[in-house]
Amino acid sequence: MDKQKVLALTGNQAVAHAMKQINPDVVAAYPITPQTTIMEEFSNYVANGLVDTELVRVESEHSAMSAVIGSAAAGARSMTATSAQGLALMWEELYIASGLRLPIVLVNVNRALSAPINIHCDHSDAMGARDSGWIMIFNENAQEAYDATIMAFKIAENERVFLPVMINFDGFTISHSIDAVSILDDDVVKNFVGDYKAPYNMLETPTTVGAFDSLGGFYYEFKKVQEDALRNSLPVIQEVYDRFAEISGRHYRHLETEFIEDAEIVFVIMGSLTGSVREIVHEARRKGIKAGLLKVRTYRPFPEKEVVEILKNSKAIVVFDRANSPGASYAPLCSDITNALYKERFIKPVVNVIYGLGGRDLELEEIEEALKIGIDASNGKEYPEKIWISIKGKEVD
Amino acid sequence: MATLKQLALKKDLLAPGHRLCAGCTEPSIVRQILLASDKPVVVANSTGCLEVSTTVYPYTSWRVSYIHNAFENAAATASGIEAAIKALKRKGKKIDDYNVVVFAGDGGTYDIGLQSLSGALERQHKFVYVCLDNEAYMNTGIQRSSATPSYAWTSTTPVGKVEPGKKEPKKDLTLFAVAHNIPYVATASPSHFMDLIRKVEKAFSVNGPAVLNIIAPCPRGWRYPTEMGIKIARLAVETGVWPLYEVEDGKYRITFKPRELKPVEEWLKPQGRFRHLFKPGNEELLEQFKKMVEKRMRTLEIMEKATQED
Repeated sequence: MDKQKVLALTGNQAVAHAMKQINPDVVAAYPITPQTTIMEEFSNYVANGLVDTELVRVESEHSAMSAVIGSAAAGARSMTATSAQGLALMWEELYIASGLRLPIVLVNVNRALSAPINIHCDHSDAMGARDSGWIMIFNENAQEAYDATIMAFKIAENERVFLPVMINFDGFTISHSIDAVSILDDDVVKNFVGDYKAPYNMLETPTTVGAFDSLGGFYYEFKKVQEDALRNSLPVIQEVYDRFAEISGRHYRHLETEFIEDAEIVFVIMGSLTGSVREIVHEARRKGIKAGLLKVRTYRPFPEKEVVEILKNSKAIVVFDRANSPGASYAPLCSDITNALYKERFIKPVVNVIYGLGGRDLELEEIEEALKIGIDASNGKEYPEKIWISIKGKEVD
Repeated sequence: MATLKQLALKKDLLAPGHRLCAGCTEPSIVRQILLASDKPVVVANSTGCLEVSTTVYPYTSWRVSYIHNAFENAAATASGIEAAIKALKRKGKKIDDYNVVVFAGDGGTYDIGLQSLSGALERQHKFVYVCLDNEAYMNTGIQRSSATPSYAWTSTTPVGKVEPGKKEPKKDLTLFAVAHNIPYVATASPSHFMDLIRKVEKAFSVNGPAVLNIIAPCPRGWRYPTEMGIKIARLAVETGVWPLYEVEDGKYRITFKPRELKPVEEWLKPQGRFRHLFKPGNEELLEQFKKMVEKRMRTLEIMEKATQED
């Protein structure tokens, strides 16, 4: 393993740096806060000839995704980046990218969806795209975002996968905060990412892409094959994580745990606020409370079997969701957790904490409150199934 | 320029057996354009009649590379293909020289695809955008678009007691394209095929985007007998309803100038969608329609004179 440089970079700078090292063939993007500084940084690389990428400065996010669908179908390694409304505007095209099985990489800097308009972080943008058939990876900090960006094409382009990959990390908290990031050598990244040869390519043989499937056609079968591909990508993703460990020394897993062996109350979370939850878990352990942490990195496909293995011996589970699913039993992450447990016939108290919408801070005291609720739930006491823990003025209720 | 004889010897790149309606003028136009290309072609097609009728899985009518992405984004998709060609060449990959062509209907161009088209033209991608203008949403059942001419019956502008068909005038997409300062914009018609081929060749030859707005009569939507398609297209040109012209680097040139234009009624009368214009009480509407045709022709003549002189 080569020695790595440690640079002080924002999350967006780290991702732009990864993009420079990947040197994709085509990038198409449109400005939106908090993603914009990735593209500004990358535009500098283009303007100074540091990459060979053809950068298409499109007139909307819909056109950004449309353009990379065109370029990927033509055999070019293609990327884009966006946030919130931009991802929502791409929605139609997200399904087309995955349906056409194009290995596109999208960096999504998580931000709340309007209305009210709000530029700060939550995961509602990504959750709106949850069922679009993309591989989705969530990252806790700038290092993880940098690493995931480098790994993304190796997952997307794997012949057992051929699906688009969405790299998620939290707007502002990660995208605009400076962190120490270990940067791999350019050649190491270049060799890791390697050369890309599309298996079918419009520029090689006459190919019809995006054929019309009429009644009595094969839409149903296409969708089944797509589902299989997404599920089967789980071991491939781990293989790429493993290979990345060889060049970086940083070994990722779908799920990351702490104190899980004897944990009675397990906190489940993904994204940048994992750090705050980790802090409270450590504090609880110091007090002799058997708390544990499960951080979800690979969100789609959902590593359900591993999740159940980790959670099956716990007494209560507290799932932190940075998005809501209005009118549903639980918010998205909590639904995934409860579904996975139910499938294996584990019925336990589950508390769903809605936090951080529109960039709302999650205070340590609030996590402590969630811990108390978790302890009550684990002791057979009454507990709320879904709690909006940061509502202003709740103490006067 | 290729002669018709030369083109007739080339292999058709849109195979027979497609499922477009009898009498549809779109396949004639598409064939001529593909034949007029001097290089291999990559087609981006927006959702519409042409798309659903030529790519019914597991069949395809296309002997060239083809992509259908969605309705409103054929131009953006073509941007990506053009960018891929540039990037792969830059990186030393062996890529043939390709002509990138968009085929889109008037719905996918005048309406829902307008932004995508505008963006791609402003970015000066090298591609040829062909609008097959059949003046309504024919694929979904003849609903009005902004390309539908005044007073035409459509399924969403029915002729009723208080409404005379579509009340608003047709959008001028050709001039919209000209406003982007691109190297080449032209109108064309399948009836005037040598004019069409010459324009296609020019469109492929310029170093940047080109837009061809081509009238594509539709027997189902325009309500005329299926064998009349090319004749209806010719009448559109000869009556001045669809003037043939080109705008090359800002210079206008009218490419078909009959000594005298035929009366507009000759184009309107065979089409059921304009039947009500000839009923008593609607004389004023007919007059209005003719005035609009005259006005556009006059404007074109002024523009030609003004821009050819400098």
